[in-house]
Amino acid sequence: MRLTQGAFSFLPDLTDVQITAQMLYCIDHGWPISIEYTDDPHPRNTYWEMWGQPMFDLVSPAPVMDELTRCREARVGSYIRLVAFESTRGWESVRLSFIVGRPDVEPGFQVVRASGPVR
Amino acid sequence: MHENEQEIFVNDNTAKDRYRAGVMPYAEMGYWQPDYEPTDTDVLAVFRITPQAGVDPIEAAAAVAGESSTATWTVVWTDRLTACENYRAKAYRLEPVPHRDDQWFAWVAYDLDLFEPGSISNLTASIIGNVFGFKPLKALRLEDMRIPVAYLKTFPGPPTGIVVERERLDKFGRPLLGATVKPKLGLSARNYGRVVYEALRGGLDFTKDDENIGSQPFMHWRDRFLYCMEAVNRAEAATGEIKGTYLNVTAATMEQMYERADFAKKLGSVVVMIDLVIGYTAIQSMSAWARANDMILHLHRAGHSTYTRQRDHGVSFRVIAKWMRMAGVDHLHAGTVVGKLEGDPATVAGIYDTLRDEHTHRRLDRGLFFDQPWASLNKVMPVASGGIHAGQMHQLLHHLGEDVVLQFGGGTIGHPDGIAAGATANRVALETMVMARNEGRDFYHDGPDILRRAARQCAPLARALETWGDVTFDYTPTDSPDYVPTATSS
Repeated sequence: MRLTQGAFSFLPDLTDVQITAQMLYCIDHGWPISIEYTDDPHPRNTYWEMWGQPMFDLVSPAPVMDELTRCREARVGSYIRLVAFESTRGWESVRLSFIVGRPDVEPGFQVVRASGPVR
Repeated sequence: MHENEQEIFVNDNTAKDRYRAGVMPYAEMGYWQPDYEPTDTDVLAVFRITPQAGVDPIEAAAAVAGESSTATWTVVWTDRLTACENYRAKAYRLEPVPHRDDQWFAWVAYDLDLFEPGSISNLTASIIGNVFGFKPLKALRLEDMRIPVAYLKTFPGPPTGIVVERERLDKFGRPLLGATVKPKLGLSARNYGRVVYEALRGGLDFTKDDENIGSQPFMHWRDRFLYCMEAVNRAEAATGEIKGTYLNVTAATMEQMYERADFAKKLGSVVVMIDLVIGYTAIQSMSAWARANDMILHLHRAGHSTYTRQRDHGVSFRVIAKWMRMAGVDHLHAGTVVGKLEGDPATVAGIYDTLRDEHTHRRLDRGLFFDQPWASLNKVMPVASGGIHAGQMHQLLHHLGEDVVLQFGGGTIGHPDGIAAGATANRVALETMVMARNEGRDFYHDGPDILRRAARQCAPLARALETWGDVTFDYTPTDSPDYVPTATSS
C-alpha cells in the first residue's frame, strides 16, 4: 500500500527541488518547519518523533535540507514528514504537512474484526 | 400612508400627544432617528425595502424597525410602562439602491436587550418575524447584519471549527475532498456502502449522504450507518488516512435525531450531518450534542434557495451563514462559483469571508455592509458542492482558497473508469494545483496546462479531463452585489 497522509501523497515522491520549493513557500509565510519521523504511521498516531526542534526564523531552505539529509541517513526505512506551523492568532496550528520519506515497502494496515452486538 | 395623522403630530411630539389613542406614522413614533449613533452593543441590520407605490421610504423604513421590534399598528398606552425608547428599534439611515428607483437600503439598530442570549430562534423571530408580510411593503430583504461582540459571546459557536477539524483529521495545507453518494435515492445500504468505499479508498476525504436521505423503505438508517462505517474503516486501512462519511441524522423528532447521532458515534464516525430544514432550535441542539461528543457537524443548506436567491425579497445567504456560525455548525454549503448552482463570485466570496474570517471587513462589492468582529468564535468550513469537476481545479482553488471542502459527486461517481478512479483524478488534480500554487506559479491562468501535465502520469485524471474538461455552467447570477468597485484617480 501507499500511505496517503500529507498534502502531496497522490503525486510521485517529491524531488529535493520540489521539496525546496515547498520549504520556500513556508519560509515566505514566516512558518517554522519541523522534521518528524516514525515507524508507526497509523493515522491516529499524532505525535511522530521530532528530529530536533522546529526551525524558526528561517531565511533559506538550506538548513532544513541539511537536517532532512541527516534524518534520512539516520532513519532509513522510516516515514519522514515536514510540518510547518502558523502562529497567527486564530490558527496556531499546523499549516502544511507532507511526506518526504517513506520505506521501500510499506506494510499497511488491516481492519481487525470483532463481531459485536451490531454486527 | 397616514397622511392625516402626520399633520396632527408634526412638531408636537409631547408624551401626551405621542400616546393619544389612534394610528400614527411609525416615523413619528420614534422608529426613524436619522441622527442616532449606533452603539457597540447594538444589533444592526440592513434591509432592502421596496415600498408599495406612494409609500414614503422613510415611513417604510420606520415601519420595518417598528414591526421588527416593539411596534404594533396602533398606539398603545402600555408602552408607557416600559423603557420604550430603549426597546424601539431605530431606522437611522436610508440610501437608494444603486440603479433602482423603487428600492432603498435601510439601516436599523436594535438594543441588545431585545434578544435572548444564545438563541438564534429568538433573534430571528424579531428580525424576520411579522415584518416580512407587512402590507405597505411590496418586498423586503434582509441583506446583512452586524452582531455585536457582546451578543456573539453568548453563542458557543461551531463545536469543532476549521483548525481542530484539520487537526482531528490530520489533513493540512490543501482543500478537503468529498462526494455525495449518487443516485441520491434508491440504493440499498449494501450498494450505497460500496460507493462510499470506492470513493474513499480512491482518494476522497469524505463522502456524504444527500439531504433527502433519511430512513426510507429502500434503505433504513441503521443499515446505511453500518455499511457506511464498514466502508470507512476499510478505506482508512487501505490508505492510512482518516476518512469520514457525513451520516445524515435528520429525522422527524429530536429524539430520533439523538438516537441516530448516538449510533453514528458508537460506530466510530467522525462526522454527522443535518439539514437546514430541521430549524434553528434543532440545529443548536445538535450543535450542543456534537460539542459533547467530539463530532464534526455538517449542515446541508436544504431549502435556503426558497428565500435567499431572489434579490428583492427574503434573507441573504450571508445572513444565514452568519446565523449558522453563531448557531454552531462546522460545515456549511456556501457555493462553488463555477458549478451548477447559483453563485455570483463576489457574493460567494462575501459568504466565505463570513464563515472563515477572524474579522470580516465591510466590503460592499462583496455584499458585506458591516465590519464584523468574530470574537474568536470558531470558523466554519465552507463546502462547495454541485456540478464541479477536476478540470475546474485551478478555478476552485483560486476562488475558494484552501480551507474548503470540494465536493465532486457526479465528478467522482460518473468517472468512466469507476468511482475510485474518479476520486483519484480529483485528488491528483487537487494536489498538483496546490503544489503549483505553493511553487509560486500563476496557477489560475496556467491551470489547464498544469492539469494536462499531471494527467500524463495519471490515467484517471486524463480520462476525467477528456470527459468533463469543457463542461461549464455559465448563467447570469440572480444574487450579485449592488455595489461595484470603481476606479479612483489616485
